[in-house]
Amino acid sequence: MSIVSRGFHGRREPAAADLPPGQYLTRDFPVLQAGPTPRVDLDTWQFTISNEAGAKYTWSWRELLALPSETTTVDIHCVTRWSKLKTTWQGVSLDTLFEDVETAADYALVRSYGGYTTNMPLEDLLDGKAWIAYRFEGEELTSDHGGPARLLVPHLYFWKSAKWVTGIDLLVDDEPGFWEQLGYHSYGDPWREQRYTDD
Amino acid sequence: MTETVVRRRTPWLAATVHSVRSETSVARTIVLDVPGWPGHVAGQHVDVKLTAPDGYSAQRSYSLAAPADGDRVELTVQRVEDGEVSPYLVDELLPTDQFEVRGPIGGWFTWHATEPGPVLLVAGGSGIVPLMAMVRERARAGSEAPFTLVYSVRGPSDVYYASELAEVDATILYTRTAIGPRRAGRITAADLPAAADARVYVCGPTGFVETVSDLLLERGHDAANIRTERFGPSGG
Repeated sequence: MSIVSRGFHGRREPAAADLPPGQYLTRDFPVLQAGPTPRVDLDTWQFTISNEAGAKYTWSWRELLALPSETTTVDIHCVTRWSKLKTTWQGVSLDTLFEDVETAADYALVRSYGGYTTNMPLEDLLDGKAWIAYRFEGEELTSDHGGPARLLVPHLYFWKSAKWVTGIDLLVDDEPGFWEQLGYHSYGDPWREQRYTDD
Repeated sequence: MTETVVRRRTPWLAATVHSVRSETSVARTIVLDVPGWPGHVAGQHVDVKLTAPDGYSAQRSYSLAAPADGDRVELTVQRVEDGEVSPYLVDELLPTDQFEVRGPIGGWFTWHATEPGPVLLVAGGSGIVPLMAMVRERARAGSEAPFTLVYSVRGPSDVYYASELAEVDATILYTRTAIGPRRAGRITAADLPAAADARVYVCGPTGFVETVSDLLLERGHDAANIRTERFGPSGG
């Protein structure tokens, strides 16, 4: 039973009907991260998928851009409670990158330049659910929003969409990432409001 | 014997306003009594939920401004123009009013009094709040960790916690209306101490944190020692 706060009426936006529980709408694009923004050189940029046997599948920046890209318009939901609707991204589907990857692993640990990590089941990255995105609203993705490229996995809270992404380790057993070790939920479904560890 | 790990869901708790005090014309500190509060570490934040009579509710996160003191918890909230929650908290809320809180949240932007320092704190505007919790925790615990605070605000009337800042090694930078020898202007590399293996905490609006992070790297600080917390341009 919630406590009613005297004199609070709130501001109800019509679009709030599209929002997961506990979220509010923003039209800006707030930036949240744990440390300084890494500056990533495109000449040395790499994206590597490592399978559970240690095999590595690596793409350079040029190779990534040569792959077929998709443009997708999605809603994004940050665990700090802002949501932004109908954002448009361009990038490479993880299905494309995983085409030749041999694996029986169930889990993924995503790695970023700067040392950030985040975990999720591998199936959440496949079947049209995730991209390596390098353009946002028609422009090159800026470094503060994760450029040159970030993971985009919009059906989970946005900390899972790792900025400055550089690789994915495939794991037989789930391993918590950076925020997942610091009290945030291992899966992070905004519609089930899985914000913190035991939600 | 095997070790038993007790994991408990972070529950919503009833908070009753004990007192409020004004920090500036747009910010105030709210002191709450929260029976069952589990305690927190300096730098952590709390989720606040306000509920209207018809059941509509709105939630936001706010930094804790002081170390835990039993069931007593302090927030400092700045009014966001056109915000949904902060104008209520800053302008409407009175002692004995109630809402719900959940926390503490966040385990990265934290400082424990057992850490020897040195510590460099860099605040932009209301970004002072979690850093003040660290300053107060140091005093509470009798820590001798060297602390340096650099605090950027528009002008003298925008300074939070002015009387307490005299007790720490604090430099206040004014961006619009200056008092003292430094001319009004945005923070530069010269305003920041050079690296001395300090753990650095930077908190403020996104642009401020981005600028300061770059200046710190320029001053020789190691990226691995810099922890940041940002307030987006929106909020509420």
